[in-house]
Amino acid sequence: MTQEEIRQAVLAILADIAPDEDLGTLDPDAPFRDQLDMDSMDFLDIVLELRKRYRVQIPEQDYPALASMVSTVAYLTPLMKDLPGPPRP
Amino acid sequence: MYDTVIIGAGMSGLAAGIRLAYYDRPVCIVERHTAIGGLNSFYRLNGRTHDVGLHAVTNYAAKGGRRGPLAKLLRQLRLDWEDFNLAPQRGSAIVFPGVTLRFGNDPDLLRSEIRRAFPAQTGNFERLLDELADYDQLGSPSTCRSARQAAGRLLDDPLLVEMLFCPVMCYGGARERDMDFGQFSVLFRSIFLEGLGRPADGIRTILAALGRKFRGLGGELRLGTGVRRIGISSGSADRVILEDGTELPARRILSCAGWRETLRLCGVPPDDPAPGLQGISMVESISVLGVQPQALGIDRTAVFFNDSAEFHYARPDDLVDLHLGVVCSPNNFSYDQPLAEGIVRVTALANYDRWAALDPDAYRLAKRRSYDHLAASAVRFVPDFRSAVIDTDLFTPVTIRRFTGHDGGAVYGAPEKRYDGRTHLANLFLCGADQGLVGIVGAMLSGIAIANRYLLGPE
Repeated sequence: MTQEEIRQAVLAILADIAPDEDLGTLDPDAPFRDQLDMDSMDFLDIVLELRKRYRVQIPEQDYPALASMVSTVAYLTPLMKDLPGPPRP
Repeated sequence: MYDTVIIGAGMSGLAAGIRLAYYDRPVCIVERHTAIGGLNSFYRLNGRTHDVGLHAVTNYAAKGGRRGPLAKLLRQLRLDWEDFNLAPQRGSAIVFPGVTLRFGNDPDLLRSEIRRAFPAQTGNFERLLDELADYDQLGSPSTCRSARQAAGRLLDDPLLVEMLFCPVMCYGGARERDMDFGQFSVLFRSIFLEGLGRPADGIRTILAALGRKFRGLGGELRLGTGVRRIGISSGSADRVILEDGTELPARRILSCAGWRETLRLCGVPPDDPAPGLQGISMVESISVLGVQPQALGIDRTAVFFNDSAEFHYARPDDLVDLHLGVVCSPNNFSYDQPLAEGIVRVTALANYDRWAALDPDAYRLAKRRSYDHLAASAVRFVPDFRSAVIDTDLFTPVTIRRFTGHDGGAVYGAPEKRYDGRTHLANLFLCGADQGLVGIVGAMLSGIAIANRYLLGPE
């Protein structure tokens, strides 16, 4: 997967967890916590969805890396770059 | 081998099951009764469906709300607000001799009522609201202190304290007289700051949504399936043994049956409850009316009443305590269409042991008498509906025990909660009323929280 595809994957997860949030205006550098109304249960769901959809395992000590879109994509790139991207039209 | 077997298809078990099934864990819920819902189930009588526990869902939030327990649980269970379709209450009241405090889903109504009836407490009431903390801290030393003392320090009018405690205890008091301040804060917020709601079709709407979701995610639900015991090998729970002898091997077991009830399933006889720490049980009468309640002037959603200045929330010595109670009309919510029939429900505290000691004839007679007493008690606080009654029912602590299996018919579970949800076995966990959160939203959040904390780690 390219970094852009990883970013889209994370956005899709966020859309599922918080369907009423406006993700179009998300600042990729700012923490999710400051922009979205999400609590610790929602953050746990990001981790669980990544595992469910992409078999990515994230140890608890690495959770702080998922603070913003930029940091999340950076963290996930080595773990997901070899995964197939979505089917291309 | 199941990843998790869940004992009990109550609100907490169903919610935990949904979390596990959503994340692809092989999960089976076993339920002794033929209907799901546990302490918040339903039954049919004379062609009508009656809810067991539901007067109202507390923690009401309107569609689109993002904060608060209801929004959180809908997100966690991947449900939509429409799946519950809660109509907000019309308005309720706390009625003590000489003083009435109305409240609704807008906290400003209660504020203005307190300004009117207890003007000297206006500032103190705001300070009380500031003290109410987040439910995530339940079970910590700061939350396990006496709610009565904490409230009494902030509000220096004892009558106001009594009046505020009345709905909080009636809708969530698991033990006599008092509760943890953490519990109080959760319940206070759920009733007074968020409010009451109800689906037009009652609890079945919520149960249908939960059941559909669970099954749709591949969860297995076995009804009419009682558990004989939990199988233990080498200090670990490794299987659930059903009444018919079938064994369900499981990596983990989650029990919503209650702490003492679960211990029994493990072959560990629980200690007798300490005196004064009895579970709280109730009787409830259901009166079906031939008219809409509003036609009789019954226009409040719930009336929490007490017939003296002091509020004694304790197990009565008699079968029923007629001094305090709740009169609820499920009609008095803002539905799209009025309900087909008028209903009035009267709830009162009851003594499980007294009811359980009655032989069948005495039990039937006591039910009829209690119905009359409850109605007579209620019409001191709401317009007299008795001549409009076309059908009645009454359920007792014995009924509750029979259908839910909870000791003593304890509607809010054990008096002392096990907030961490752990047991004497490393892979056996508790959720539901005995873990700490009660009520419909509370129980679901309990299941979600325990599943999140212990059951959704890496396999």
